[in-house]
Amino acid sequence: MAASSAEAASPTARTGPNHGLRIFLIWLPIAVIADWLLYFVYGPHMPPGTMSTSAASQQFDIKVMSVLAAPVFAFVVVYAGYAFIVWRHREGDDTDGPPIYGHARIQATWITISAVIVLCLAAFGTYELGAFGQSSLAGAGAGEGPSPIWKPNGTPLQIQVIAQQWRFTYRYPQYGGFETTALYLPVGQPIQFNVTSIDVIHDFWAYQLGVKADANPGVNNIAYTTVEHTGTFEVRCDELCGLWHGAMFNQGNVVSVAAFQAWAHKTEIKLASVTKMLPAYATSYDPTTIAQLNKAMVKAGIAGANGYYYPPQDPVQP
Amino acid sequence: MAIETQPERAQGAGGGLPAEGGGGRPWWARPAIHTAIVGAVVGYLLGHALGDYLTGATGAANQYPNVPLSDSEDWPIVLGYTLAIIGWLAGLGVFNDILRQMVGRPISGNGRAHQNSGLARFFRYELDHKVVGIQYLVGMIIYFCTAGLLAMAMRTELLSPVNHVFTSQVYIEIVGEHGTMMMMLMTSVIVGPFGNYLVPIMIGSKRVAFPRIEALSFWLTPMAFLILLSGFMLGGFPFGWTGYAPLSIQATVGADSYAVAFGLMGVSVALAGFNIIVTVICYRAPGMRWGRLPMFVWSMVSTSFLFVLAAPVLFAGMYMLIMDRTAQTAFFEDSLGGSSYLYENVFWFFGHPEVYILALPGFGIVSELIPVFCRKPLFAYKVAGAGMIGVSLLSFFVWQHHLFDSGINPDMRPLFMVTTELISIPTGFIYLVALGTFWKAKIRFRVPMLFCIAMYFNFLIGGISGVYLSDVPADTTEHGSFFVMAHFHYTIMGGLIFAFMAGIYYWLPKMTGIKLNEKLGLWHFWIMFIAFNSTFLPLFAVGDAGQPRRVFEYATNLQGLNDWVSISSYFLGFSILLFVINFVWSTVIVREREVGNPWQSRGLEWQVSSPPPADNFDQIPVVLSSPYDYGVKDAQPVADLHPPAGVVTAAIMSADAARVEA
Repeated sequence: MAASSAEAASPTARTGPNHGLRIFLIWLPIAVIADWLLYFVYGPHMPPGTMSTSAASQQFDIKVMSVLAAPVFAFVVVYAGYAFIVWRHREGDDTDGPPIYGHARIQATWITISAVIVLCLAAFGTYELGAFGQSSLAGAGAGEGPSPIWKPNGTPLQIQVIAQQWRFTYRYPQYGGFETTALYLPVGQPIQFNVTSIDVIHDFWAYQLGVKADANPGVNNIAYTTVEHTGTFEVRCDELCGLWHGAMFNQGNVVSVAAFQAWAHKTEIKLASVTKMLPAYATSYDPTTIAQLNKAMVKAGIAGANGYYYPPQDPVQP
Repeated sequence: MAIETQPERAQGAGGGLPAEGGGGRPWWARPAIHTAIVGAVVGYLLGHALGDYLTGATGAANQYPNVPLSDSEDWPIVLGYTLAIIGWLAGLGVFNDILRQMVGRPISGNGRAHQNSGLARFFRYELDHKVVGIQYLVGMIIYFCTAGLLAMAMRTELLSPVNHVFTSQVYIEIVGEHGTMMMMLMTSVIVGPFGNYLVPIMIGSKRVAFPRIEALSFWLTPMAFLILLSGFMLGGFPFGWTGYAPLSIQATVGADSYAVAFGLMGVSVALAGFNIIVTVICYRAPGMRWGRLPMFVWSMVSTSFLFVLAAPVLFAGMYMLIMDRTAQTAFFEDSLGGSSYLYENVFWFFGHPEVYILALPGFGIVSELIPVFCRKPLFAYKVAGAGMIGVSLLSFFVWQHHLFDSGINPDMRPLFMVTTELISIPTGFIYLVALGTFWKAKIRFRVPMLFCIAMYFNFLIGGISGVYLSDVPADTTEHGSFFVMAHFHYTIMGGLIFAFMAGIYYWLPKMTGIKLNEKLGLWHFWIMFIAFNSTFLPLFAVGDAGQPRRVFEYATNLQGLNDWVSISSYFLGFSILLFVINFVWSTVIVREREVGNPWQSRGLEWQVSSPPPADNFDQIPVVLSSPYDYGVKDAQPVADLHPPAGVVTAAIMSADAARVEA
């Protein structure tokens, strides 16, 4: 029993095999291999891809998080697995374990390490938002509200996202303010999404672009990104908005700057008569004026019910 | 030094509660669940008629041109629910003693009825904390299974991305009912049964501080459950468990069931929290210092503080929501000067502490159980307590991480990123304590221990995935997706519910004197553990692949993963069925007696017989040492259950002296 009281004073005191060293030696290769696999093998394929600057920065963050998480997870699992095998109760042994109430140095080390990891993560996340003036990050694609503080360089292309139950429409104020359900973006140019809603809260989630911003009624929620590859991307509503929330999605297209200009000018001319009847471009729309507008829309034979731009889009009953 | 003695009258027989009354009347004339049902029905009809009268008389027209569905039909529903609650409580006899006292008659009503009645006491407004604990236990299992069945219905719909089992209307109703039922009723899943039953015994008291409040807190839960379920009859509510305005203002009358039930549950948990806080502060036996308080009691105290501080915010939010829907106020209606952000902030100011309300009791159970099965003292007791207090404090400073993409002031995001990540430090303490306790232990793999280990494993995944969500750029991909859904199921189902199961297998022999079948328990454990991980682990991938929550249609390339998840969820449901079978089989049919101390635990609750005697203790015990002194040579017994009269003070002093010498 003298030995056990010595152990009580110091659980690392060597009275048998050095369990700590063994656990460390099992853990180390697992942690290194897991990190290598996560960063170099799986890392480039991690969501949400690298289609835009914001998507790439999110992928990098998820990669870094994974590289930090894997050793922590592996340590707890290896330690516990080792304990369950080595220190399991054996048949016929009714004695208790050593009375160890704590160990000041181990406790202090644990607290210090976890605090350091956590604070580094917080600093890293803040840096990744573009808080230290890296204009390429510009808020990492998240909605920054009506007065963003982290912006990209240059004049961004403005696209207003108007959410309603249950579809998105897009307005291009730099092209006469026409409104359409098609979303085209030019490659390589900073884009500013002005996200708003005319009824309940929605969320504009362009998955491959790494852009996510809530659409709040009466509020302009701004998110930035710069697309780096042409192609298509998914747009989904990411905030439960009622009955057909699951059917509120469409597809966007990223095209070359020239193709975008051509499309925008063509659409502006095509929709000129409709654009005239829309309310003037604003960062948000008061639903009560939309109700009045509705009358004009119905008169012109365009669309309208329930005081909305468009009738609530009930997809075909499944 | 803390108060070391209990109020004098609590030391007498029955903890000083009023004696049994109401005898002489036939059973159907005594207040119990059947009179409560009558009261609720009468109350509802009265309230509905009142609402019809009011709206008819005033001719309240629709004042919300832009929310066309908010109309005067809400009045009769809300008033009906309100009076149904009052009628239910009146039928139970909750007000009897209060009214008697008001007119100066002696109170007698429903105190201490258990001495001369069997099963019937579980259907009455009963003041014995042990009866309330059992009532809570059965109630929670029923609520959990109901909400679990709804979850399996959701997974059935998600078997196919394009073909549908339910209409979108029914699907969205199920989503809302499942989420709300789990989140509001499971707040009490451990505090209710184990907190109410065990805390007084663990601290050496004959009673809780406020038996009437405690019983009331239970009897509000069936009403909250029924009101929420009644939403199905009113067309349900289409906004999940969060109820974001203005969608919740726009929704039809089914939304009233959500707001009333959730608000009612807020009242219930606030009351339960007050009772536990005061009980632990004022009713500890002599010698039960803060440093000897079992870890489970610490977790109950920290959870109760969250109850008391967070639930009123929920109640306020639900009240404003009901006012917006009925009285046409505009707290959350943007076009009339309100703000939908106000609702989001009020809701999450409650909602995030709520998440820790669902985690802390789990920490408490596993920390309480591992020393017993490791046959070692709890490693770093003070760190464990600091972890729980730290978590509960910090939980009030993180709520805006739910709103990172919502358009809040961008300056707030680094701040809430830091606070959110800081909370993983005290959470890590719980792991330090566990790993330290495993060190050189003699680990016995009984069923409760297996559930504890599974809880640590699941919560590890849940906690680490939570760190991803605290990082704004990573969260921008994961927010609102199935990743979040998998994350909180890992912490709540994987943490809280696994700990709840550990608690049942561990404490049911204490609470009933009957033990659960261990072989069925092993089957239950392994199927539940494997099916749980098989259900929720793939959902991280589903979410990262871009599937938002609460959708009934999804990308066709994700069908394989979704089908895997759905089929796993049936196995998970089957494991819960096994548990229910085991529970009923063992407690109703086989009834194998287990009166001793099957786990050789040092806990004070195991020093009395199983089930505990009516008064818990013949005399108030004197606590002599820590409940975790395993392996200590010549350890003192945890308490002296029969201290000779007049030596209570001397016992405390000698225990102190022994501690100084050691």
